[in-house]
Amino acid sequence: MPAKTKFELKTGLATREAFGKALAELGRVNPNVVVLDADLSKSTYTAEFGHAFPQRFFECGIAEANMVGIGSGLALGGKIPFASSFSVFLLNKGFEQLRLTAAYPHVNLKIVGTHSGISIGEDGPSQMSIEDLSLACSLPGFTVISPADEVATKALVTRAAEVFGPIFIRTGRLKVPVIYAADQVFEIGKAIQLIDGSDVTLIATGLMVAESIRAAETLAAEGVSARVIDMHTIKPLDRDAISGAAVETGAIVVSEEHLADGGLGVRVAQVVAQTHPAAMEFVGIDNTYAESATPEQLLDKYGLRAVNVAAAARRAIARKR
Amino acid sequence: MQTTSNVAELAAISKRMRREVIEMITEAKSGHPGGSLSAVELVVTLFFDVMRHDPANPKWKDRDRFILSKGHCCPILYAVMAECGYCPKDQLRTLRKLGSIYQGHPDMRFLPSLEASTGSLGEGLSLGIGMALAARLDKSPSRTFVMLGDGEIQEGQIWEAAMFAGFKRVDNLVAIVDSNRIQLDGWVRDIMDESPLADKWESFGWHTIEVEGHDISALQKAFAEAAALKDQPTVIIAHTTKGKGVSFMENNPKFHGTAPTVEEEARALAELA
Repeated sequence: MPAKTKFELKTGLATREAFGKALAELGRVNPNVVVLDADLSKSTYTAEFGHAFPQRFFECGIAEANMVGIGSGLALGGKIPFASSFSVFLLNKGFEQLRLTAAYPHVNLKIVGTHSGISIGEDGPSQMSIEDLSLACSLPGFTVISPADEVATKALVTRAAEVFGPIFIRTGRLKVPVIYAADQVFEIGKAIQLIDGSDVTLIATGLMVAESIRAAETLAAEGVSARVIDMHTIKPLDRDAISGAAVETGAIVVSEEHLADGGLGVRVAQVVAQTHPAAMEFVGIDNTYAESATPEQLLDKYGLRAVNVAAAARRAIARKR
Repeated sequence: MQTTSNVAELAAISKRMRREVIEMITEAKSGHPGGSLSAVELVVTLFFDVMRHDPANPKWKDRDRFILSKGHCCPILYAVMAECGYCPKDQLRTLRKLGSIYQGHPDMRFLPSLEASTGSLGEGLSLGIGMALAARLDKSPSRTFVMLGDGEIQEGQIWEAAMFAGFKRVDNLVAIVDSNRIQLDGWVRDIMDESPLADKWESFGWHTIEVEGHDISALQKAFAEAAALKDQPTVIIAHTTKGKGVSFMENNPKFHGTAPTVEEEARALAELA
């Protein structure tokens, strides 16, 4: 039996819905916040803001490139724009515009992608965003955030409106477990250690944080002490949390609902290589596109479960010097 | 800065700006003279007569904004901004050199009084819509002018933006197409014919004005017509000559993106004396 932790992991809101609620609240407190959507406002949950503040909501139609450009123009005009669509369309169709009009001049544009990863399920790979972290992280000066639950989403969306500069926030379609107490404080760029441990560190982002907590419980029952870190900010990375994990546990597993090649894992590995050697393993999507099925079936088939994280941890520990 | 509505004075400034463009690009040994020269009267008329702006206060909230979406033609923009007093004239000859504020394409990091960083074609109109919408929300009289190339508008994003601005009636926005009929690979009509161009914009909901782009008084009338129009964005299709003012550059695709030699510079400056 897995050992109990303080985490109940009761199912909460999807992070996209938490984003929509946070955005509507932001609209009430900050008249400079404006929102753009590309015909997906019922799915991205920006519709709540749109209903409350129709003058500050811009429906752009199915034209993501133009939406990103208009968003950057609104930012240059002094507004705090949040442009939203499915991550796959926002990052891929809007990428050139994100590069030229947001990253390069470093404007105050916020983009929020929903339906990230493979857990959208039945709609299949054309709608699944598994490259967005690597795309967003490749843009100089961009901040990249991937919250794990509704509490983190609300706090980080609110914080994003307060700091200047281009920010990508990655959210999902699937309802995910609540990890945090409502009063948890989040700081962009500062990882959160959820469980302390000495044998291995499980670094995760998005819905893999809850899976990593479950993996830590499994490992604890085997007598393995696993540290769990929520890396909610992918860029800039919390280098101290990573080097501390490398020094103190000597083994690291990085888990993400994203291609294993190009997302959080390789970026953590870079920090490990620069600071202190550690055995590393990576849980992510392995150089492929997924398929249609239920979210649960897909997370099982593509190896994004606690059982995969725990197995990776055992491999990493076995390689420790 | 001195503003003027006097056509002869604007023409005299235009001639000086052409000389600057030739000298800057010759010194840089690379750049885009043809599309800079075709846009001279348009940019000069906007900055010295039409637009409400203040070089002493470049971030004035209610200023009119100008976006050079065809960013490769920045020499004419730099020359005019320097003439207005936004940036030093004596550094114009550093164009494209290491550390210059006058980068190869407009770069706000180096020249913060620019309204946008451009250079990848097709993106300025969307930016302009965003600025116009921000002004509308702020109830500001600010208007936004976006200069496009006739080659540039082959980019799909232009038509996404055109559809948006027409449908949403963004009437504090003016697009200007510098229709000099030549793009890098040759004549626009041979590469991707755009005719009937005015009909395309009109069908997207825009008020369309066609004008001879080197006729300053005609440009003044066109901009006044755009300013008076409510509930619709305006596009001014300016029929221009690529390389205008230098005989051997006019209508010559070679000078889309080739710098004059020192000998060619001397000939050009003699023609612009």
